[in-house]
Amino acid sequence: MRAPIFWLIAVVVGAAFVVASRILIANEYFYFAGYVVLEYIVLSTAWNILGGYTGYTNFGTGAFFASGAYSSAVLHKLPTLLHSSFGWTIPGIPLPVMILVAGIVSGAMGFGTGYLTLRLRGVFFAIATLAFTIVVQTLIVNWDFVGGSRGIYIIRPALSPLGGGYIQYLFTLMVILVVISVGIARAIEHSRFGIGLASIRDDELAAEASGVPTLRLKLVATTLSGALMGMAGAPLPYYVTYLDPTSSFNLSYAVNSVAMPVIGGMTSWIGPVIGSILLGTIQQLATVTISSALNLLIVGVLLILFVIIAPNGIVGLVQSWRRKREA
Amino acid sequence: MAEAETLLDVKGLSKRFGGFVALDGIDLSIAKGERLGLIGPNGSGKSTLVNCLTGTLQNETGTILFQGKTLNGLIAHERTRMGLARSFQLPKPFHSMSLIDNLRVPMLYTVNARPQHHLTDATIAERCERLLRDVNLADKARRRPRDLTQVEMRKLELARAVATEPTLLFADEAMAGLSHSEVEEILAVLFRLNEEGLTIVLIEHIMSAVMSFSTRLVVLVAGHKIADGPPQEAIRNPEVERAYLGE
Repeated sequence: MRAPIFWLIAVVVGAAFVVASRILIANEYFYFAGYVVLEYIVLSTAWNILGGYTGYTNFGTGAFFASGAYSSAVLHKLPTLLHSSFGWTIPGIPLPVMILVAGIVSGAMGFGTGYLTLRLRGVFFAIATLAFTIVVQTLIVNWDFVGGSRGIYIIRPALSPLGGGYIQYLFTLMVILVVISVGIARAIEHSRFGIGLASIRDDELAAEASGVPTLRLKLVATTLSGALMGMAGAPLPYYVTYLDPTSSFNLSYAVNSVAMPVIGGMTSWIGPVIGSILLGTIQQLATVTISSALNLLIVGVLLILFVIIAPNGIVGLVQSWRRKREA
Repeated sequence: MAEAETLLDVKGLSKRFGGFVALDGIDLSIAKGERLGLIGPNGSGKSTLVNCLTGTLQNETGTILFQGKTLNGLIAHERTRMGLARSFQLPKPFHSMSLIDNLRVPMLYTVNARPQHHLTDATIAERCERLLRDVNLADKARRRPRDLTQVEMRKLELARAVATEPTLLFADEAMAGLSHSEVEEILAVLFRLNEEGLTIVLIEHIMSAVMSFSTRLVVLVAGHKIADGPPQEAIRNPEVERAYLGE
């Protein structure tokens, strides 16, 4: 399928999904739960650009995600701050702008960490990203303007710019982010850039010897991956209305964004989408019906099962089943 | 042999790993169109020399001139784009890709990255297929490297290096562990490439192959160049005999 056609289909599917849910579903809880699943599609798709395509395991999803959330919190407080310190009056900053800013902030962070850590390989890179999360969290905990360890209350606007409740507005924005991130992931997969990333994943020395500028490509991948994670985090303050370091830097973001592509399949854009929908929905159902503490247990068990039984994820299972049928 | 244009000019190249001196003041000049054999006992610094010349490692001292331009400080992919290619001693195929895609990587990132070159997808596909035919792997174009035998893997490694359309090729032990007829097969490929104008440095342990291939032989022992000249003369050099056979 050609890229413009795929984009068109993705946009149409996204729009249809939003419209259909607005017409068919009145229960607000659907949007609360659906938002989380969509958020995970963005996070795991972003993770997969670096983890799946390039072969660098990032355990720092929480850092990029929370940076996006906190950049929104800063922008939320900015008009009040400017008014009280300088007497300037500016209108409230709209959420789409906050998402863009969060993308720039987290993208820059991705570039920075990439530059510092990409000389590390394998497990050392993973450890560095884990440590990076702790560094960023410590900075936020000690930053009083955004509430420090106490956290910060964000009052959700009563009205949505698109009509309907504000949660439906957040839901719609997240659908748009899903369309953008999945579109980007698929475009990468079939591009010169994507084949370059795959050569890095397979053998970095051989990639260099074949003329692939490995450092530059990896930096683009970390920047893009970080930016998308930050954009997924930007609406979080308005979703939770109370933002604190412990929950926004929660390890579950890192674990889930690794587990979902692994379970779905890491070599193709559809893998993380399948993984997040499956795992995200199971988690939401379990939270309501059994207990909220059971979430990570489910992830853990499924992750172990898949690593042992189907290391190439659901996509890998389907591919090998097809190959067997053809043979 | 008439004095040909110098392609690569190395002066005083040294490389150390901690306290260990792997290469010590190597001078080496390679002329265009040459078939140079590079031999030496295990650990003598052959692969380190190739790594320093192709940018996998950076040398501490010495200068490297390639077609009159200095290579010092350039990283591997920049040197590849300038026309320096290498195959690896242990084949390093791109496991997740088909053979044809293995060759597409250097085409896309080296040939297409050069000024005044922009190959269309069709031209790239055609050139990759031709390369695979040249090394008798055409019927496995859609297969993955894990389906290949040792000799096929080495041919793929060589083809991927050649896919960068280089001026100078370092073939690092392209024949280790192969049978006599397989060695002949690889040699035939190398001879043909040389006839087409490619300058080749062959790093090899199989003496019969080196002797029949090389127009000149360079011998490294413990990081020093101890002989450089016509193959028959070089191996009769007393120092070379001592290094290989002992006192």
